Amino acid sequence: MSLPSSEAAPKISETVPKIAVRGLYKSFGRNRVLDGLDIGCMAGESLVVIGGSGTGKSVLIKCILGLLRPDAGSIRIDGVETVRLRRKMRERLLQKCGVLFQGSALFDSLRVWENVAFGLIQGRGMERQRAKEIALERLRAVGLGPEIGELRPAELSGGMQKRVALARAIAADPEIIFFDEPTTGLDPIMADVINDLVLKCVRELGATAVSITHDMVSARKIGDRIAMLHKGRIIWHGPASEIDHSGNPFVDQFIHGRAEGPIRMETRVL
Amino acid sequence: MFRALASIGAATLSFLVATGRIVIFAVTALATGLSPPFYLRVILRQMLDIGYFSLPVVGLTAIFTGMVLALQSYTGFSRFSAESAIATVVVLSVTRELGPVIAGLMVAGRVGAAMAAEIGTMRVTDQIDALTTLSTDPLRYLVLPRLLAGLITLPFLVLVADIIGVFGGYLVGVYKFGFNPEAYLISTKQYLETSDVVSGLVKAAVFGFVVTLMGCYHGYYSSGGAQGVGQATTYSVVSASILILVLDYGITQALFAR
Repeated sequence: MSLPSSEAAPKISETVPKIAVRGLYKSFGRNRVLDGLDIGCMAGESLVVIGGSGTGKSVLIKCILGLLRPDAGSIRIDGVETVRLRRKMRERLLQKCGVLFQGSALFDSLRVWENVAFGLIQGRGMERQRAKEIALERLRAVGLGPEIGELRPAELSGGMQKRVALARAIAADPEIIFFDEPTTGLDPIMADVINDLVLKCVRELGATAVSITHDMVSARKIGDRIAMLHKGRIIWHGPASEIDHSGNPFVDQFIHGRAEGPIRMETRVL
Repeated sequence: MFRALASIGAATLSFLVATGRIVIFAVTALATGLSPPFYLRVILRQMLDIGYFSLPVVGLTAIFTGMVLALQSYTGFSRFSAESAIATVVVLSVTRELGPVIAGLMVAGRVGAAMAAEIGTMRVTDQIDALTTLSTDPLRYLVLPRLLAGLITLPFLVLVADIIGVFGGYLVGVYKFGFNPEAYLISTKQYLETSDVVSGLVKAAVFGFVVTLMGCYHGYYSSGGAQGVGQATTYSVVSASILILVLDYGITQALFAR
């Protein structure tokens, strides 16, 4: 099994999904998090997966990226099976991907520009000066000046850290970008700024985007299609414009943020 | 009776599982060094951190160890008029035993704990996952440089500790007990063999590897936020300290037992 390199890659048919997940199962001990999940995403599309806390959204992304090994099921990227891919192949696959982590996950010991250029220098062996130029260009693209590049992540606000994380995610012109809760922990204005940047970056790169969020404002803004995850399965998916008329009581309860409805939050007495 | 046996069995199994995991972790990390890329800059930075920045604490403990050793030896040896053996006892004890053990324990406390905390924090804040998604193998980038730096640097640190420890004994012997400085130095050299120093350096290399391995292993597999990182730090220092003492006996037995 081999992944086509970017130069020699055969033309992917428009009918072949960029990402196709079929029958995905993942448990942690007795807790089944993903329960036969099916989902797909076409090239250039922006898919947003919504769902409550603890429904397995992050686990789904980690399985697609190979950070977690699913118990069963198939994950295909550009038609190539990626479950149980060997390390070298996985590294080549990951060169197609950029990831914005929920907590930004910036490396504390490195300066901001080194964070952005990390994948170029360490992952691709690019010369430091050239990588720095690209990093500063990406920082500019997310609205940060070159002086920010010399700071440490701890010296930045949460919103600036998200921008740096976004710059790092797009530094190597990825074909697929994963956004894990891109607006969590930000004030509404900064959240909107990040949503705009996400949209701009995805459109300019022509990338496929997979986002997970429980922020409905963000989901409506950045998603072409929305899928709702509940109890380890996708219970509804469709165009973002149709989510208000889904006819699904679970979706209705979630998007309106109602405590009453078919979704019961697990609570326990402390 | 059966309950006691079951407890012993469970403890033995859990010990064997943990040992197996640590061995697999070490071998996998070392195997990443067989092919490029090699992170020389990271290795040098770790060597500086383990070696240069540990010098004050190791030097301070070494000098007092040498001084106390001379004091205690004098108290015992003067009872049967063997004071002239103090210099020899100090130099042999420091080079063969106390230098590597004291330096190993100090580095376990200073460097092993810091490694576990740093890597553990990277784990719980998704930084290790971020490394993977940036096509960088975390074992190759985070663990291997630390293991190599510990293995290479601790013998140098112990060499310095040996010299400082012997100097501590010299200070007490000459300035407190009034030994002739020249005679003290001659006694120091007279019975010292190359194998005494080399055996200490071999121990140092093993201890350096063990300390960094424990720091990296417990940090890498930490979980559960700040509490998990705190636990990883504690486990790292405790396990490294115990292993240093156990391995010290094993290496001494292997090198000197006839």
